[in-house]
Amino acid sequence: MGALVIETALQDLWYGFGVALEPHNLLWCFVGVLVGNMVGVLPGMGPLATISMLLPLTYAMKPVAAILMLAGVYYGAQYGGAICSILLNLPCHPPHAVTCLDGFPLTKQGKGGTALGITVLASFVGASFGITEMIFLAPLLVKVALQFGPAEVCTLMLLGLLAGSTLARGSPVKGVAMTVLGLILSTVGSDLETGATRYTFGVPELTDGIELIALALGLFGVAEFMNSINQNAPVDTRYSNVRLRDLRPSREDLRISFPPMIRGTLIGSLCALIPGTGPTIASFVSYATEKKVSKTPERFGLGAIEGVACPEASTHSSVQSDFIPTMSLGIPGDAVLALLLGALIIQGIVPGPQLINQHPDVFWGLIASFWIGNIMLVALNVPLIGVWVKMLSIPYRYLYPTAILFVCMGVYAANNDMFQVAETLVIGVFGYLLLRLDFHPAPLLLGFVLGSRFEENFRRAMLIGRGDFMMFLERPISATFLALSVILIATQLYFWLSKRRSATGESPATVS
Amino acid sequence: MMLIGLGVCVEGLTYKLGTLTHMGPGFFPVALGVILVVLGMLIAATAVAGRPNGGQGTLSKRPEWRGWFCIVAGPALFIILGLYGGMVPATFACVFVSALGDRSATLKGSLALAAVVTVFAAILFYYLLRIPFPLFRWGLW
Repeated sequence: MGALVIETALQDLWYGFGVALEPHNLLWCFVGVLVGNMVGVLPGMGPLATISMLLPLTYAMKPVAAILMLAGVYYGAQYGGAICSILLNLPCHPPHAVTCLDGFPLTKQGKGGTALGITVLASFVGASFGITEMIFLAPLLVKVALQFGPAEVCTLMLLGLLAGSTLARGSPVKGVAMTVLGLILSTVGSDLETGATRYTFGVPELTDGIELIALALGLFGVAEFMNSINQNAPVDTRYSNVRLRDLRPSREDLRISFPPMIRGTLIGSLCALIPGTGPTIASFVSYATEKKVSKTPERFGLGAIEGVACPEASTHSSVQSDFIPTMSLGIPGDAVLALLLGALIIQGIVPGPQLINQHPDVFWGLIASFWIGNIMLVALNVPLIGVWVKMLSIPYRYLYPTAILFVCMGVYAANNDMFQVAETLVIGVFGYLLLRLDFHPAPLLLGFVLGSRFEENFRRAMLIGRGDFMMFLERPISATFLALSVILIATQLYFWLSKRRSATGESPATVS
Repeated sequence: MMLIGLGVCVEGLTYKLGTLTHMGPGFFPVALGVILVVLGMLIAATAVAGRPNGGQGTLSKRPEWRGWFCIVAGPALFIILGLYGGMVPATFACVFVSALGDRSATLKGSLALAAVVTVFAAILFYYLLRIPFPLFRWGLW
């Protein structure tokens, strides 16, 4: 039985490599990781903004190539983000904020090269484990998920949405409010069953609903630019001279950092399986764990190589395993994955458990491309470190006007429609207002992407259950999901109340 | 914070436009609207309750009116000039105006940037990607 599972998995993987190695797909995968790596290094540009900007381009691409490229941007950016944290003490991407703590002291001691070398290695180890996990776990999950009726799908989505909105940054209540807003926005346009138009306010362009591209670029493009303008601290590149041969870690460093890497990997992949806890939480948890496990915790923060290896490994393993719920259940863990799902939907591919059977090329091609992409990244990072460091000195004032143009052009080119550029602009201003008021836009996107499927399944479930809410409780699996959701909310409430009582006015919300 | 809470409430109320036929098109949005109203009130309540605790809020940043204005004006000009003037003026105006939003930007530097980006964009989007967006046009098409 076990051998059979492994054999079929290997066969599928072999097929996946066949897909991913087609020159066309290989090229786009390379473009993806290269761009991802680049924006990962650049402060003020995240994978979210980049993927949104590349989204219009995927209209003209084949589904496999599109998803390979976008996924490449995502994990490529993780490699780049680490460089930024270690050499410049700039936590430009949340998962790598922890890496700064020990990475930058190492750089100051002149050991930045070693830290980077260890990071590349740790990333690769973490990513490989995450991918392996996906190969074996995803098909299993799919088998279970195929049994789900509308009621189960509905409650599962509810759980995913709640987890995504409450466990992320900021206040949980606001997170949920943003998710609900996202769901509401997804109802704009024609009704699924009757075709009646809803909330179009007489604007014919809104009949097809709000465009995902406009929403994503408004929230993560325009709003982000408004947020980060004139906010960039001058970049301190004093310590960032790294030569190639510095990268090779010594045997001693390797020995010290190997166990943390493994621990980090395990923590990362576990975190990814809990919906809503992405790489950021994984890296923080693993850093804390490593500090606790270590015999010399006082070295942490002063340049302990373990403090770099562990969170980096866990970030990468979490990034890769995050794809498991996304690709097998169609429930994205965070905004980036929600965007990837959106890209699939644009291509006419319905995400969910049936994806692996209906579009094996997408699924296995993606997994195979993870390996290829990660190898490319290691190969890219080692010789190109100098180039990346140089790129850091590009001032933001040249960067963002160009990016704004790309946003406008991208939205326009997607449908040749100026109306959507206006839509993006309005959403951007609105998104910035929300950001100022501490509402994070990520849950909104999550709600928006899942919205129509949630509604569809909800209605179907109600139809089957003849309008009786009890049907969600009567079916064991959906009742379990509901119970989990309730537990989730209860613990959140508990933490929130206890925090309120103890800390005076210390809000858990962090602005980034 | 209070304001957005109330705003969300009002927003939720206006969403009740849908008709509540049994599982008709209006049902789902209306349900969501009600939830949003409740959440909005919750947020508003916590905002009110949180104030005496000395919660300063997180609006610590200085307002950047110039930056905001320029970033909004850039795409707005892109739309208008794109409709009436074509790609080249739209691109140039968009980059130029948004670049002025940065406090360290100079007129000359922004002009140069806009010019370079415009040439680049024309080559990339018009000649390479062949987006149906004429370089120049006069009046609304």
